[in-house]
Amino acid sequence: MKTYEVQNIKDTRSGFGAGLHELGQANDKVVALCADLIGSLKMDAFKKDFPERFFQVGIAEANMIGLAAGLTIGGKIPFTGTFANFSTGRVYDQIRQSIAYSNKNVKICASHAGLTLGEDGATHQILEDIGLMKMLPNMVVINPCDYNQTKAATISIANHIGPVYLRFGRPAVANFTDANAPFEIGKALMINEGTDVSIFATGHLVWKAIEAGHILAAQGINAEIINIHTIKPLDEKAVMDSVRKTRCVVTAEEHQMNGGLGDSICQLLARNLPTPVEMVAVNDSFGESGTPDELMKKYHLDTPDIVDAVMRVMKRK
Amino acid sequence: MTEINELNNLAAQIRRDILRMVHGCKSGHPGGSLGCADFFTALYFNVMHHDSKFNMDGVNEDIFFLSNGHISPVFYSTLARSGYFPVEELKTFRKLDTRLQGHPTTAEHLPGVRIASGSLGQGISVAAGAALAKKLNNDSKIVYALMGDGEIEEGQNWEAFMFATHHKVDNLIVTIDSNGQQIDGSTKDIAGIGSVDIEAKMKAFGWEVLHMNGHDIEHIIDTMAKAKLLVGKGKPIFIIMKTEMGFPIDFMVGSHKWHGIAPSDAELESALSQLPSTLKDY
Repeated sequence: MKTYEVQNIKDTRSGFGAGLHELGQANDKVVALCADLIGSLKMDAFKKDFPERFFQVGIAEANMIGLAAGLTIGGKIPFTGTFANFSTGRVYDQIRQSIAYSNKNVKICASHAGLTLGEDGATHQILEDIGLMKMLPNMVVINPCDYNQTKAATISIANHIGPVYLRFGRPAVANFTDANAPFEIGKALMINEGTDVSIFATGHLVWKAIEAGHILAAQGINAEIINIHTIKPLDEKAVMDSVRKTRCVVTAEEHQMNGGLGDSICQLLARNLPTPVEMVAVNDSFGESGTPDELMKKYHLDTPDIVDAVMRVMKRK
Repeated sequence: MTEINELNNLAAQIRRDILRMVHGCKSGHPGGSLGCADFFTALYFNVMHHDSKFNMDGVNEDIFFLSNGHISPVFYSTLARSGYFPVEELKTFRKLDTRLQGHPTTAEHLPGVRIASGSLGQGISVAAGAALAKKLNNDSKIVYALMGDGEIEEGQNWEAFMFATHHKVDNLIVTIDSNGQQIDGSTKDIAGIGSVDIEAKMKAFGWEVLHMNGHDIEHIIDTMAKAKLLVGKGKPIFIIMKTEMGFPIDFMVGSHKWHGIAPSDAELESALSQLPSTLKDY
């Protein structure tokens, strides 16, 4: 099992803030909008250094989405920032009509996704956003795994012409990917080559999959672990190549089973290579208040849950 | 006055187009389209500086957004008659594989359309965003938008109104089609909204408010000239345009019944007889 050095413990949203600030320097077409959450989204640096390109829209997310669509007409590249819940479910029809159907070059950047938002509870812990966004034609859906990758993804999506949903989170987590690695939309990343099981993980669950990989290795199980940072378009070749080798799959994500990464992989495999799959995801329920660690344990999104899922799926081969 | 006569003739032709388009596919929204024909004619043939060699970004030209996308017939006819695409294409309205979708869209790359609209309440936000882009680009041209008066019931409009004032989006001229009608009846009965209420609300939101008669092209042009003088003065501009749904067809005028149904063969004949052909029908 390949070992990854934890460079530091950092929140992915700070990766977004750092990436956005770099973009502000590099590309004067980049503008940013925020719905009263500048500190939470780490947009302070962009606001400070590029005030003429920053728009505080207040608690008015629907308007923010429309403004962003309009700013593209005139050549701007708008990045919107608010919590994932208010970036998607609250403004679904605005995104659908004014951004996705109109194919506008807007980057919807969403923090505090999933259970790890923590104590605020289920009203704010969206677990349906990947599904909502991936169903929209024209939409790219990205869920990076750590600070470095979120920063790289933020910078990269400015070069993609079209709508993007970029999902990241609140808590400080292991930052382990190469700070200089380029980010390629739709290109899955091999974390560990293996032969016994394929673990496809996204977002915060990638590090937990690595932890699970070490536990499995100690038990003689050689897990292939792949970081699916782009859920749409899915890197179908990477998935198929891995599954042809391992013949069983575990998916891991901080999202509902319905509509998430696991759902996309099951669709791909059902059509092309029916394979046993176990899904580490939230099973049709809302979250609740608690610390991120407590919630990940209670809702079975933790490292031991990935290990257990591997044990189950390998018996089904 | 020659020019006004020509514009009136154009508006009559656009009304013929609207009726024939909606009749041709047995669906669509003739009432609001007919009511706004004079406005569109004035806007595209006199008020706006625009280029029918369409460019999405619209830099250094006036641009227009239709928020109440269901009145697509008047938008499409005006664009075609302005040279954005062949007039003959109007006959494909709402038919399979058409660029003239039931509600306007950019997905079919129809020249002149810059945003999809139809789901109501979104266009003013988009127009305000485009106006911000013009400011960032040091582009002194103007963003125009049209919305319906029933549409003002959508909350997003009020978010946009608040934003535009606070951020001094003073290169934006929004017109509301105040025909007092929506699908289920009058705006007064359904939501307690009349033009007097709208004026008070918009002034309270910090907008400049003007009034115009939407069936008097000369008055539309004069009012728009006044509105242009307010551009760059720190406030967004709102024009309450009084119209009658279905104007001027005698059996349609003033009734919400004609919001979204097509005329029968006999009704089309009767309606067209009230609009003598002034240019060539498509």
